[in-house]
Amino acid sequence: MQIYLPIADLPVNVFVILAMGLAVGFISGMFGIGGGFLMTPLLIFLGITPAVAVASVASHIAASSMSGAISYWRRRAIDLALAFMLLAGGIVGTAFGVWLFTLLRGLGQLDITIGVSYVLLLGIVGALMVVESVRAIIRARQGKPVELRRPGSHTWVHGLPFKLRFKRSRIYVSAIPVWGIGFMMGFVGAVMGIGGGFILVPLLIYVLRVPTATVIGTSMVLTMVTMASATVMHAATNHLVDALLALILMVGGVIGAQFGARAGQRISGERLRLLLGLLVLAVGIRFAANLVLPPETLYSVRAIEPNL
Amino acid sequence: MRRLVPIALLGAVAVSVASAGPAVAERLVVSLSNHRVMVTSNFVGEELVLFGGIERDAATRPRRGDYDIIVTVTGPRQSVVTFRKARVLGIWVNADSREFEGAPAYLAVLSNRPLDAITNAETLRRLQLGLDNIPLTPSGNANAADLAGDDSFRSAFIKIEMDRGLYRETSNAVTFLAPQLFRASIPLPAEVPIGTYEVDVRLFADGAQIARAPAPFEVYKFGFEQVVSAAARDHGLLYGLATALMAIMTGWFASVIFRRD
Repeated sequence: MQIYLPIADLPVNVFVILAMGLAVGFISGMFGIGGGFLMTPLLIFLGITPAVAVASVASHIAASSMSGAISYWRRRAIDLALAFMLLAGGIVGTAFGVWLFTLLRGLGQLDITIGVSYVLLLGIVGALMVVESVRAIIRARQGKPVELRRPGSHTWVHGLPFKLRFKRSRIYVSAIPVWGIGFMMGFVGAVMGIGGGFILVPLLIYVLRVPTATVIGTSMVLTMVTMASATVMHAATNHLVDALLALILMVGGVIGAQFGARAGQRISGERLRLLLGLLVLAVGIRFAANLVLPPETLYSVRAIEPNL
Repeated sequence: MRRLVPIALLGAVAVSVASAGPAVAERLVVSLSNHRVMVTSNFVGEELVLFGGIERDAATRPRRGDYDIIVTVTGPRQSVVTFRKARVLGIWVNADSREFEGAPAYLAVLSNRPLDAITNAETLRRLQLGLDNIPLTPSGNANAADLAGDDSFRSAFIKIEMDRGLYRETSNAVTFLAPQLFRASIPLPAEVPIGTYEVDVRLFADGAQIARAPAPFEVYKFGFEQVVSAAARDHGLLYGLATALMAIMTGWFASVIFRRD
């Protein structure tokens, strides 16, 4: 069934979009990530312009993280205090990211910056996650006890001042790394046009030692708030949010996220991290191949938006 | 009366050589099947049909050959950038670019036989007929080398647009139903840009243009499509808030439906 999208200005098959929403929603519910780094390239592949794709995907991510967040909320797996602290840093990071985005676009080097940072970020984060989770799985196989959080296993992060107690996550950490991580996520999100959930989850786990149980729900709350505000900002400045495209994606996304969240709860933390690590690594390799392999056509055409 | 015709003809030729006096030469009458193409939610493209007749009167001098028709359909104009990738430090980056100002977003050149069979290259170039002859001048960082004939950016741009179905040159799109009656089909793909289109119909005989007629049409959004795009354009903030609210409601609604208690 074909339907014409009012802002993207082209017809698409409703069922294809719905299926994409379902698939990405499932992944996003399972890992607690937005899935923007998967959805945006898929939409561009269908012929939707990158600007419209980025702007519309933001609202789709907001919907699927809202639906996911509610299911985690019912399981009492969200640390709201931690989410608010991260958000405080995130807002500053977003503003700084938007500033850099504008600067790089002015210099004409935005595309290559985004490409290289995707490869570096996805590659490093993915590789680290794979290595760590494989080690954890091997340890479990060998019958050694799964590493529990011991009170003594503190890193330098735990020596920083301004300590706060996050009861739901049962951690007692300084506010500085919390704001720092929030800032980094907001910054990366604004520059690369992604929610940043796939960076946030490992950072919370490895740096702040947030237990896997609360990490995903907390990350979803954060993603929901940042993506909902990104939708409003995109709509107010660029007028490129396609509400019809967003709605079709959302319907698929929220259903997928429900099933994904359930599947995620059934898998052990290490395996979940391994799967996410492999996924992130695969997307990173895909981007690297794009940069390194000779392109099919040397030329590309881009219309200059009259309102930019 | 007849004796006056040659004098009138001379006068007409003297006044305007190119457009040929309408009283004595052929007159071109054209009409489109639809002047307003509506883009609704089930729009998947459309084919417009152009009908045309060639009017002659007793004074028209006979032609040796047959008539030829070249129809040029030009969509709304926009500025585009064509990028060329090059390898820098092992990775492929957009190294070079040309901006084309006022490039048509849609361009179809339709005729009853190949353009070079209708008239000579010089005339095609002068009248800017055919994809090879459309005016596309690089602006901005164009340098002397480009102007000297390095048109790789231009041909790459035209090729990409042809692959997208937005540029085309079809030499069998015009068919003569009778010696003085023709029909042309104008294919509009689903991705056709919104805006005003110019249709320029030119009549050729013996390699020379003898008449010309315009038949503009408009592609516009209608109904739901129009309401949404107007809201997005005119009330961006409200539209954004509504979309964000829709997202949150959809998420909440799904969790209510799928609640397992």
